[in-house]
Amino acid sequence: MGKFNNIIETIKMIEKEKLDIRTITMGISLLDCCDADGKRARKKIYDKITRYAEKLVEVGNNIETMYGIPIINKRISVTPIALVAGASNDDNYVEFAKTLDKAAKAVGINFIGGFSALVQKGYSKADKILIESIPQALAETERVCSSVNVGDTKSGINMDAVRDMGKIIKKTAYLTRHSNSIGCAKLVVFANAVEDNPFMAGAFHGVGEAECVINVGVSGPGVVKAALEKVRGESFDVVSDTIKKTAFKITRAGQLVAMEASRMLNVPFGILDLSLAPTPAVGDSVARILEEIGIESCGGHGTTAALALLNDAVKKGGIMASSHVGGLSGAFIPVSEDEGMINAVKAGSLNIEKLEAMTCVCSVGLDMIAIPGDTPDNTISAIIADEAAIGVINKKTTAVRIIPVYGKGLGDEVEFGGLLGRAPIMAVSKFSSDNFVMRGGRIPAPVHSFKN
Amino acid sequence: MKAVITVIGKDKIGIIAKISKVLAENKVNILDISQTILQDYFTMIMIVELEKMDINFIELKDKLHDAGEKIGMSVKIQHEDIFNVMHKI
Repeated sequence: MGKFNNIIETIKMIEKEKLDIRTITMGISLLDCCDADGKRARKKIYDKITRYAEKLVEVGNNIETMYGIPIINKRISVTPIALVAGASNDDNYVEFAKTLDKAAKAVGINFIGGFSALVQKGYSKADKILIESIPQALAETERVCSSVNVGDTKSGINMDAVRDMGKIIKKTAYLTRHSNSIGCAKLVVFANAVEDNPFMAGAFHGVGEAECVINVGVSGPGVVKAALEKVRGESFDVVSDTIKKTAFKITRAGQLVAMEASRMLNVPFGILDLSLAPTPAVGDSVARILEEIGIESCGGHGTTAALALLNDAVKKGGIMASSHVGGLSGAFIPVSEDEGMINAVKAGSLNIEKLEAMTCVCSVGLDMIAIPGDTPDNTISAIIADEAAIGVINKKTTAVRIIPVYGKGLGDEVEFGGLLGRAPIMAVSKFSSDNFVMRGGRIPAPVHSFKN
Repeated sequence: MKAVITVIGKDKIGIIAKISKVLAENKVNILDISQTILQDYFTMIMIVELEKMDINFIELKDKLHDAGEKIGMSVKIQHEDIFNVMHKI
């Protein structure tokens, strides 16, 4: 009977608790597409992506049919375009973004990541051109995602880049103002960016990666929530154990899908990303897990501790279930993409300051947060600096994906649609950070001893 | 290859007959079968061997789905590995 009970448990996870594989992401190196002639480089890029990823969607769909587990997204990440386009004499990289967009459409995927630059220590000529091209690139493409790494634990924080990104985000918001500034939802500013992240918008294929790999991101907040409902009132030892066991099961399903995809596509398996990624659907929320642990409304005191436990237990359970774990691995807290978070913001329990504290103990950072459209550039830069500092000092990835929605203010709510969800506009500090941001230069790398 | 078929819906006469007819017609062997009533819902689980099957997996999936639809039941077929990996170390 045990066998049949296990079958029922799995069916319930998939049917009722929304267990799914969030993404199969193919990482493709474009380093060999460099060319002094931009046009030729773009042709090489298009040809290579469409050749390598030709069967990606078909294979994803076949695995879904065979195993009966939904695979929500099939995506592609590529070498940071600044590294590839830099060989050309072009002084604007928007055409490269358009090429990526065209390739994404040709193979039928919904997002392609890697319109990126790594500037943690300084700008190369190409980095500068790429960053300047971001607003127009995001306004004129549909599926391209962009990211910029502005700091890391070994290099410190590039405050010139932090200053510039405030302006770039505002400009992106303006150029995509007719669709709620949605361009900003596809732009991530990182510290300690990882090279093998399968999740958008921050995915890119790092230079230390193989020619082509398959990375898989699992999900399953609903499954964790349902498991915790059965241990209400029990101690934290039980909570942690329950999360670990659940994470193990979720991750094993992800590992199976990853191995199958790797075999069918004849591409090596890279990593499995253990993240608990929410969606705006009811029953698929990370905030609701924190509330299940005992917080009345997400953001209340105790939220950070609950999230720390959740994040750690997910990793502990997941690591044993997969041969290679990587990416961002933890719990995501994107506000607009999480029904419980949206609710908590509306209820007044969750604000940007609490979210910042939460980012100290979980994956990524200030994610999918809508703020007033008239927020000054330098305030956005200062928010990025705070978040980067948390990542750099604590040796973890942090990111800012923030949307200053053009023409919207406090009390408004914006709809981004689909998995990007909807968001109430959140308040930022009214006090100026101008003099702080205008200094420029670099914040030095932190000391790695005397940890207090 | 082995697969797991789950049939869920309101209990009625002839469910097993209807589903096993599709399986027999396509040379699918039933290895094990279990049925329970879960919260008023009839739940049947079959473990089947697809080795000698004379159609492909997607065709069988569609046929089972159609047969289920006619009697108002949800019928799913999944490769057994998804269950094995989640519950066995």
